[in-house]
Amino acid sequence: MFPEIGHFALILALVVSLCQGSVSLYGAAQQNKDLITLSRPLAHTQSLFVLIAFACLVYSFVSDDFSVLYVASNSQLALPLLFKVSAVWGAHEGSLLLWILILSSWTTLVCLFSKNLPDIFSSRVIGVLGFLNFGFILFTLFTSNPFERIFPSPLDGNDLNPLLQDIGLAIHPPILYVGYVGFAVAYAFAISAMLSEKLDKNWAKWTRPWTTAAWLFLTIGIALGSWWAYYELGWGGWWFWDPVENASFMPWLIGTALIHSLAVTEKRGVFISWTLLLSVSAFSLSLLGTFLVRSGILISVHAFATDPERGLFILIFLISVIGGALLLYAKKASDLDKKVSFGAVSRETFLLLNNVLLVIATILILLGTLAPLVLEVFNMGKISIGAPWFEIAMLVPMIPLLILVTMGMHSLWIKDSSFNLYKKLRSPLGIATLVGIVIPTVFYGRSGLLLLIGSIISIWIIISSSLSLRSSWKNNQGRFQINRSVAGMSIAHLGLGVFVFGVTIVSSFGVETDRGFSLGDQISVAGYEYKLNSIENVKGPNYEAIEADISVFDGSELISHLRPQKRTYLVQKSPMTEAAILAKWNKDLFVALGDSLGNDSWSIRIQYKPMVRWIWLGCLIMALGGLIAISDKRYRR
Amino acid sequence: MISGKETLGLLLTMRINQNNVFLVLFLCLIMNFTHAIDSGLAFSDPKLQQRYETLISEIRCLVCQNQSIKSSNVFLAVDLRNEVKIMISEGKSNKEIANFLADRYGEFVLYRPRFKPNTIFLWLSPFIFLMIGMFVVYKVVRKKIIT
Amino acid sequence: MKKHYLPILFFLAIMPIFFIGLDRDKSVLPSPLIGKKIPEFSLPSLINSELQIDSSELLNNTFLFNVWATWCVGCLEEHDFLMKLSESNEIPIVGLNWRDNHNDALAWLRDYGNPYTIIAEDVSGRVAIDWGVYGAPESFLVNSNGIILHKHLGPLDDDIWERDFRAIINDAN
Repeated sequence: MFPEIGHFALILALVVSLCQGSVSLYGAAQQNKDLITLSRPLAHTQSLFVLIAFACLVYSFVSDDFSVLYVASNSQLALPLLFKVSAVWGAHEGSLLLWILILSSWTTLVCLFSKNLPDIFSSRVIGVLGFLNFGFILFTLFTSNPFERIFPSPLDGNDLNPLLQDIGLAIHPPILYVGYVGFAVAYAFAISAMLSEKLDKNWAKWTRPWTTAAWLFLTIGIALGSWWAYYELGWGGWWFWDPVENASFMPWLIGTALIHSLAVTEKRGVFISWTLLLSVSAFSLSLLGTFLVRSGILISVHAFATDPERGLFILIFLISVIGGALLLYAKKASDLDKKVSFGAVSRETFLLLNNVLLVIATILILLGTLAPLVLEVFNMGKISIGAPWFEIAMLVPMIPLLILVTMGMHSLWIKDSSFNLYKKLRSPLGIATLVGIVIPTVFYGRSGLLLLIGSIISIWIIISSSLSLRSSWKNNQGRFQINRSVAGMSIAHLGLGVFVFGVTIVSSFGVETDRGFSLGDQISVAGYEYKLNSIENVKGPNYEAIEADISVFDGSELISHLRPQKRTYLVQKSPMTEAAILAKWNKDLFVALGDSLGNDSWSIRIQYKPMVRWIWLGCLIMALGGLIAISDKRYRR
Repeated sequence: MISGKETLGLLLTMRINQNNVFLVLFLCLIMNFTHAIDSGLAFSDPKLQQRYETLISEIRCLVCQNQSIKSSNVFLAVDLRNEVKIMISEGKSNKEIANFLADRYGEFVLYRPRFKPNTIFLWLSPFIFLMIGMFVVYKVVRKKIIT
Repeated sequence: MKKHYLPILFFLAIMPIFFIGLDRDKSVLPSPLIGKKIPEFSLPSLINSELQIDSSELLNNTFLFNVWATWCVGCLEEHDFLMKLSESNEIPIVGLNWRDNHNDALAWLRDYGNPYTIIAEDVSGRVAIDWGVYGAPESFLVNSNGIILHKHLGPLDDDIWERDFRAIINDAN
């Protein structure tokens, strides 16, 4: 019964979203107050129906309703409860429903927190969001219905893909989607702005907190995915330049450019058309990512069920949403640019440079991801573009960008001088150079050009961000005042520095090695001793495993027992490696179990990963900075 | 209990269509992630070992969904790793090894695209875009100063 | 302003690529060996281990080079077709037994029949690499000069033979 309720609720949501879209936009166009006041109630109704549909699907999983095909394909009786819930978004159909739920939720939030906006403007925003959701619900109902039944219903399900039976991968999609989908709000704001007669000067200020919120969730979502890949896939890598990863990174880069561009537009009224274009592009890239992942057009480890028919639908949707917006942009953007001036050395210039470099990085990633497809379509050969190319290509815009971060943070609006900047930044640079050379050479014993560049620049960013943070609070006659916008900005950049430092150190000094161990053997890797004590069989809720017990010594001191496993999941009969990690703030020791070599001897992979946690720590700090920036009181007025 | 060889056999012979693609993908993933560990170092010389590891991370496992032969243990990956090992010990250069593989499997097998007429733009693109970008910034800033 | 039309033009330029890309068969990898001479090899015969098969011996006729193994599900699928093909005497079929167990392979041929005129045993997989083999079954059409004319990945059947191979064979002869 519940699947039927869910299905029906989804159909109702489809109808209501269409009403929401048409009534709101038509009402705004006609300046019809009665229609405009309908927009929020319609949006809330649609959200309610979507919530009901989603809840029904969750219930189907939790109650082991294997008469639903999607549940039977992705769950089983013995699956732990947490994963029964996360299985809801474990495959294509359910993840689409999650997408729809999140879009409705963002819409509801916009309805609730837009009371200070002019009614016509917010009506347009709600209308656009309504049409977006209409498109997704239509797609889901017609090509990817999670409520489809299977007859006769199996007694037990197929189990959730063991790779997804993990807490990290359980929360990664929802958080990622909150970010991805959140950019739809900025998109809707931009469309609304372009549809109005005169661009309201507060438009950038209104858009900013929504965009920053989406951005910070996307940051966390990507970091979670990277961290999961690191510990779950067993080989210690944290980024693979896989097409699906690139699909999430591109909106992030444009989203970052967008936040900065909104700052300039809010403060100084310039770069309006640029900001509009970025607003449209961020969500466009989110949609493009969705298409790439679900259409089968690119080869990827992460790709969902590939189906060209679905791909075609998404493509048509893409063209309408992106093409429509860009056409509107082409017509309206030129009316909107203002004539404001600023100096050659000024924060405006630095932010312009920042945005251009971020856009270049995005275009390069897009090129690297799509070029093989383009060449193939034109019969110019079938090539692969992988990490070796991406790593080199990204350095070209990124190194200048990172160097400019400190200058952008500390330069004045309108007009500054290079001498002023030099005075502000030379001490941080001096200290950073010293520390940046000392750490690799003294603590890790090696140096190299890229290594030193990364090390010095990241520390420079950390120091100058700290200075900027310091300047964000003041003691005003005994009362403590923080400028949250500046504090948030400083913390976010601090996070960036931490991230770059982590990447630099782990790329330069990480060690990975495969060894054969017999019981009792002790082998030394990167300054630590590893001893294989035993190999035993253990049992889990829906799996059996072979577990190795390995002692780790620092010199003669025992610092830990690591227990890597090789699991066999009972239903799908598939083997999985669970690595064992000793995580410290400044390094990870990572052990994974390989094959039996016979005679009680096993192959084991050991990795030494210095500063690897700083990568995800940096991302979290960046997100924290975003959160603090949103809480600035000017948005609460 | 399905064996590694049978899994591989299934993988290599299934025609991928929309009904079984997820199964295929899954089979690839689980096969690779369980066994992708060698029984020991390929070379005792750390420099050669480093070269070996870098090379195998840049060669595509053709039966997998976007993985290198370093992180996969289907027997094609094992065989190719072995070839690379032999070629390095024979003193072949990285370029010769890349040529060897591309001559047999096509450019697709190399994750680092080689310099060919169809990839020149690709390799030059970062610099081209950087120059265009800097030109754009220059034009915009100049206009803003004058105004 | 004209420059504001750039984004939509850029977008419209990329879209057709996606449309065309959707249709493409992702699993087909063009072989760089087409038009080239077959790789030289010398392997023991599966049937008679004392006998060494040299690639130069094969350069008399047009022939089909078929890579197979007992663990390969698709090989069993195409086996009936290969038996039919060998009985029709249209073209000799040379087999390459790839990374297989010797006894299993012999038993397999006993159980299902042997369509091959010659079978080379490649236990290490070294020769298969020279042929650019990455999945079984794979079939190569070679002319009497030893030039590879066509490669097919996956099981063969009547339709594929009719569509892809027959015309080339007629040209070659």
